[in-house]
Amino acid sequence: MSQRLSLAQAFVFLLRRDLLLAMRNRAEYAMPLLFFVLVITLFPLALGALPELLARIAPGIIWVAALLAAMLSLDSIFRSDFDDGSLEQILLSAHPVAVLVLAKVSAHWLVTGLPLLLVAPLLAEMLGMPATAQPILLLTILIGTPILSLIGAIGVALTVGLRKGGIILSLLVLPLYVPVLIFAASATENAAMGFEVSAQIYMLLAFLFLSLSLSPWATAAALRMSAS
Amino acid sequence: MMEFLQMGGYAVFVWPSYALAALVLWLNWYLPRKQHEKELRQLRRRYKAEQK
Amino acid sequence: MFLWFHKLGSPPHFYRIAGKWIPWLSSIFLVLLLAGLYGGLIEAPPDYQQGDSYRIIFVHVPAAWMSLFIYVAMAFCGAVIIIWRMKLAEVVLISSAPIGASFTFLALATGSLWGKPMWGTYWVWDARLTSELILLFLYLGVIGLHNAIDDKRVASRAVAILTLVGVVNIPIIHYSVEWWHSLHQGATVTKFDKPSIHWSMLIPLLLMALAFQVYYVLALFQKCRVELLQRERNSKWVEEL
Repeated sequence: MSQRLSLAQAFVFLLRRDLLLAMRNRAEYAMPLLFFVLVITLFPLALGALPELLARIAPGIIWVAALLAAMLSLDSIFRSDFDDGSLEQILLSAHPVAVLVLAKVSAHWLVTGLPLLLVAPLLAEMLGMPATAQPILLLTILIGTPILSLIGAIGVALTVGLRKGGIILSLLVLPLYVPVLIFAASATENAAMGFEVSAQIYMLLAFLFLSLSLSPWATAAALRMSAS
Repeated sequence: MMEFLQMGGYAVFVWPSYALAALVLWLNWYLPRKQHEKELRQLRRRYKAEQK
Repeated sequence: MFLWFHKLGSPPHFYRIAGKWIPWLSSIFLVLLLAGLYGGLIEAPPDYQQGDSYRIIFVHVPAAWMSLFIYVAMAFCGAVIIIWRMKLAEVVLISSAPIGASFTFLALATGSLWGKPMWGTYWVWDARLTSELILLFLYLGVIGLHNAIDDKRVASRAVAILTLVGVVNIPIIHYSVEWWHSLHQGATVTKFDKPSIHWSMLIPLLLMALAFQVYYVLALFQKCRVELLQRERNSKWVEEL
């Protein structure tokens, strides 16, 4: 592979490669989305489908499901690259690994986080979430799911070399996800009741910028350590 | 003395708290010590075997 | 002075020096503990609102302080591991983890036992309790990840990264009672003006806190020595023991 690609070109190359791979393995990437929908539908079945109850807990259900679906999808970020050796190639490249990691995480988000955005309004409606809350729900998903991908990437990078990596990954990543869950669910609930949401949204934005700037570096460090 | 043990009626909350603290402190001291002795024993056995 | 510190960083020296300090630290710890317990359980008067149940504070607060302090110490080690790859930092980090987890558990459990008679509930999902619970999960995650990786030097780097990522939780825990309306009471000791607690209760509290600090170092040295033996079992200095 020519090393004379500029950083921007390398970024785009990696992004398009991952998106192409995702398109070819559409089934594999559709599964977390299906899981998301399935988990949400479990709740009305288990709780008896009372409209007031469902509407009340809808923000929480949707966000917990989003969290779980994100965790399931994380493995795909680095696993196949680790297995076929392309991870080492990425680490050996002349470009800063953090930027290449950002490309991969962006691809991951486009494939796993963005679809949630498209499906969420339907599910929110099915759960009886008030219309006032739905735009805020979408906003929290828009801001929150990239955070999930970014933080999740650190966890995957730490565990990609392990045999039972999947379980440990969940244990590592869930505590780090909890703040996102709290603020996103809180914002949506507040919106449903007609209260202020700006504080929660700002916190989410703060997390997003914090993880955008720091997580690629942490992920790169973890990858180097895992591949050694 | 009884008054001390009763803790104003809150004994069932206060004493278990202190007992838990004692347990935690003891375990974090005792378990590493046992591990240490085990390590030393294993190492000694290994070196004896290697001497032969 | 710098030379002494440098020597301390070498495993065989640390092993020896830690071994010598442990009995002294134990004595200091016991003295502080007895003084604190006496002050807290016998000398200090019952609280006019909470009666005698407030005495849980003498284990709850020091445990909570230690749970935060130890994690920050671990994060510091994590930075040292990533920048300088110092072996001793690796050992200190992983040896601190179970101690920190124990204190976190103790803080949560004693807080729960205090909460029931005072505020009517064993648990509530407010910001401080929840973030302290997350801290417990972070500790357990560190221990679990370290266990899962066979090569301990690689494991230490992984755990260093994890610890550093999780350190954002610490300010959240500390400031949670200011940022959110909470069932947990606000800061009474670590305020910068006069602490709003009576000195007859403050002194035993500080004594217990100091006792727990000394205990941490003592337990840490104990665990570090074991960890060093396990890691360096093939090296010369271990043979010569």
